[in-house]
Amino acid sequence: MSTRDLTITVPVLARVEGEGGLDIVVKAGQIEQLALRIFEPPRFFEKFLEGREYHEVPDIVARICGICPVAYQMSAVHAIESIFGVKTTPWIRKMRRLLYCGEWLESHNLHIHLLAAPDFLGYKSATEMAAQYSAELKRGLSLQHLGNAIIRMLGGRSVHPVGVKVGGFYKAPSHEDVRKLIADLRAAIPQAEALVRWTASLGLPDNHQDFVSVALHHSEEYPLNEGDLMSDVGLFIPISEYEQHFREFHVPHSTALHSLLHEKPYLVGPLARVNLNYAQLPLSVRLNVERTAVQFPSNNMFHSIVARAVEVHFALLEALRILEQYELPDRPYVEVTPRAGTGFGCTEAPRGMLWHTWTLDERGQVLATRIVPPTSQNQPRIEEDLKWSLEAMGLDHSDEALRLRAETVIRNYDPCISCATHFLKLNVLREG
Amino acid sequence: MSHTTVNRKPTVAIHKFSSCDGCQLAFLNLGEQLLQVADAVNIVHFVEAGAIQFDTPVDIAFVEGSLSTEEEVERIHAVRQQSQYLVTIGACATAGGIQALKNLHDAHAWTTSVYALPDYISTLSTASPISKAVHVDLELHGCPVNSYQVLSTIRALLFGVTPPLEQDKLCSECKRLGQVCVMVTQQMPCMGPVTRTGCGVICPRQQRDCYSCYGPAETINTHSLSQCLQETGLARDTIARRFALFNNQSPEYVKAIAQLGEST
Ligand code: SF4
Ligand code: SF4
Repeated sequence: MSTRDLTITVPVLARVEGEGGLDIVVKAGQIEQLALRIFEPPRFFEKFLEGREYHEVPDIVARICGICPVAYQMSAVHAIESIFGVKTTPWIRKMRRLLYCGEWLESHNLHIHLLAAPDFLGYKSATEMAAQYSAELKRGLSLQHLGNAIIRMLGGRSVHPVGVKVGGFYKAPSHEDVRKLIADLRAAIPQAEALVRWTASLGLPDNHQDFVSVALHHSEEYPLNEGDLMSDVGLFIPISEYEQHFREFHVPHSTALHSLLHEKPYLVGPLARVNLNYAQLPLSVRLNVERTAVQFPSNNMFHSIVARAVEVHFALLEALRILEQYELPDRPYVEVTPRAGTGFGCTEAPRGMLWHTWTLDERGQVLATRIVPPTSQNQPRIEEDLKWSLEAMGLDHSDEALRLRAETVIRNYDPCISCATHFLKLNVLREG
Repeated sequence: MSHTTVNRKPTVAIHKFSSCDGCQLAFLNLGEQLLQVADAVNIVHFVEAGAIQFDTPVDIAFVEGSLSTEEEVERIHAVRQQSQYLVTIGACATAGGIQALKNLHDAHAWTTSVYALPDYISTLSTASPISKAVHVDLELHGCPVNSYQVLSTIRALLFGVTPPLEQDKLCSECKRLGQVCVMVTQQMPCMGPVTRTGCGVICPRQQRDCYSCYGPAETINTHSLSQCLQETGLARDTIARRFALFNNQSPEYVKAIAQLGEST
C-alpha cells in the first residue's frame, strides 16, 4: 500500500436527500480523519410541537421529511393512541399497513432508480442512464408511481398526505378507487419480480463486513407498523425500553446526532430488516430471491439495494392482499378521549426504524417529544463502513476513484439528511 | 425568454435551502414524465438528482426552502445573479415555512439548551422567505407544491408568458367542485375562507378541514374568520395556532396571530 498523504473533500453529496458533505484525511497510508458532515440547518421541530394539540401532530410531523411523511405520522399516532388507551379496528390497522406499503414503494423505487443505480452502472445521474437503461428506468418510475397512487388514495396527495388522524382515517376509500388500484398493482407483479433480479445482477462490489442489524420484529408478519426491537446479536426488547439500550450524542461535524447501541454503531434500514425477518416474507418473494445469487441474511452492505427491491416486491404483494379483502367500514376512525401520559411509537420508515416518545397533558397538548430518525442512527455505521470500505479497496487508488467509492458507500444507506436534522433533545439522554 | 430558447435547450436549476425536500418531489415524483422534462429542458443543477453545476447561469432557477444560515443568505445572492427567472417553490421558500416559527422565539437559547456543542451549530435566529434577501420573479405556494404547478410554470415561461397566478379562495373552488362545506355542515374549523386555491381542495374532499398549507388568498378577512371560529367555541390561542403553521410569516397571518394575541 502506498503511503501518500491525501485529503478527499466532497463539498456537497449528490443524490442524497438533504445536504451533507464528506472529509477524509489520509496520512502515511492510513485514514486519520473521516467525517460525514451533515450541515443541513436544524429546524427545531421538537420545540414547535410543544403546546400543539394532539390532533395537529400528524400534519406537523409529516413536514420533517417530504420523502417519508407517512413514517412520521405512523410513529406519532401510535404513540399518542397508546397514551389515550385507544383501541383501533382491524380495518384501521390494515389501512395503515397499506399506506406504509405505498411509502415503501415510492421511497424505495426513488432510491433504487434515481439515487443508487447510477453508481453501479457508471453514470452521474439517472437521466444520463436513461439512454441505455430506459426500460429499467421506466419500470422503476412506474413502480414509484404506484406507491404514490396508494398514498394518494388514502391521503389525498402523496407528499404530506392529509388522511391520517389520531384514531384512524378521515375518509374511507371507495370500492371503485380500490378496484382500479388492484388492477394496476396486479399488472405490476412481474415488474417487481424482474426488479429484484435486476438489482441482484448489477455487479455489486464485494463488501463483506461485520455489522449489527437492528429492526422491528413481529411474531406474525413482516414488520411495518408494529413489533419489538431486535438485533442479530441478541437484543429483544419492547420499544418502550429503547432508551435503556441506545444512546445519542452530538459530534462537532454534524447537525444530526449520532446513535449507538450498547456503545457500538449499528445498521437500520432494508438490509437490516430483511436480514432479521427474511423468513416472514411471502413464499413467492423468497422464491424469486432464490433465483438470484444473493442470499439473506447477507453481510455485504451493497446488498442493501437488493433488499430494497425485495421490499418493493413484498410491499406490492402486501398492498394487493389488503386491497383484495377490502370492505367499507361503518366509520374510518374511532373516537378518542385525551388523557395525560407518556407513550412510545416505533415503525419501520423506508430508511429504518423511527422511534418516537410523546408526553401529553390531560387535554392532549404536547409537553415534550423526542424523535429519533433512521439517518442519525445510521450515521456512525456509515462512517465505520467508509473507513472499512476505503481501506479494503486500497488507498493507493486515484483520488477520483476513492471519492466515487466513498460517495457510493454513503448513498447505499439512502441517508435522509432533512430527517436527521429536525433537531433532537439531549437532556433526556442517559449519562454516557 | 422565448427568443433565448431558439438555438438551445432552456436550462433549469433546482436549489435547496432549509426544508423537508418535499417540494423537490414535484419533480422526482413525476414518473415517466420526468424523463420527458429532462428531454425538453437541460437540468444543470439538482443535487438530489445528481446534477451539480452550481455556477452555471440558467434560464429558470427553482428554489425550495427558507434562509436560516449565513451561508444560505450568501448562496441565494449567487443564485439570483446567475438566473434569469427565480421561482420559489413552496411555503418554506415563499413564507418561511414551519421552521420560521422560531422567529417568534429565542432560537439561540434553544440551540444552547439542547446541543452539547452549540458553538458548532451555525444558525440565524430567524428563518426567512427567499424574497427577504433577493428579488423573486414568481412564487409558487403550497406545502408542498405539486407537479402541475411546476410543470405549468416551466411551460409558461418557455413560451414567454407569465403563468396565471392562483389567488382565489379555497372556498370558491369547493363551491365550483360541488363539495359540501365542512364548516357549515360539520362545524369543522376550516381555513378555506383565508386560503389560496391550487391544491385541488384536497382536505374537504377527504372530509376534513383545510389547515391552509397553501397560505393566504388575496383580499381575505382573517378577523371575521377568527370571530366565526370563536363562536363555534374555539379558544383564541387554538385559532392563533392555526394561522401559525406552514405560512406563519405571511403578513396577513402575522397580523391575524397578533390580533388573536391581544386581549379583548
Ligand atoms: S414547503 Fe412544505 S413541502 Fe415544501 S419544502 Fe417546505 S416543508 Fe417541505
Ligand atoms: S385543503 Fe388546505 S390544507 Fe388541504 S391541501 Fe388544500 S390548502 Fe392544503
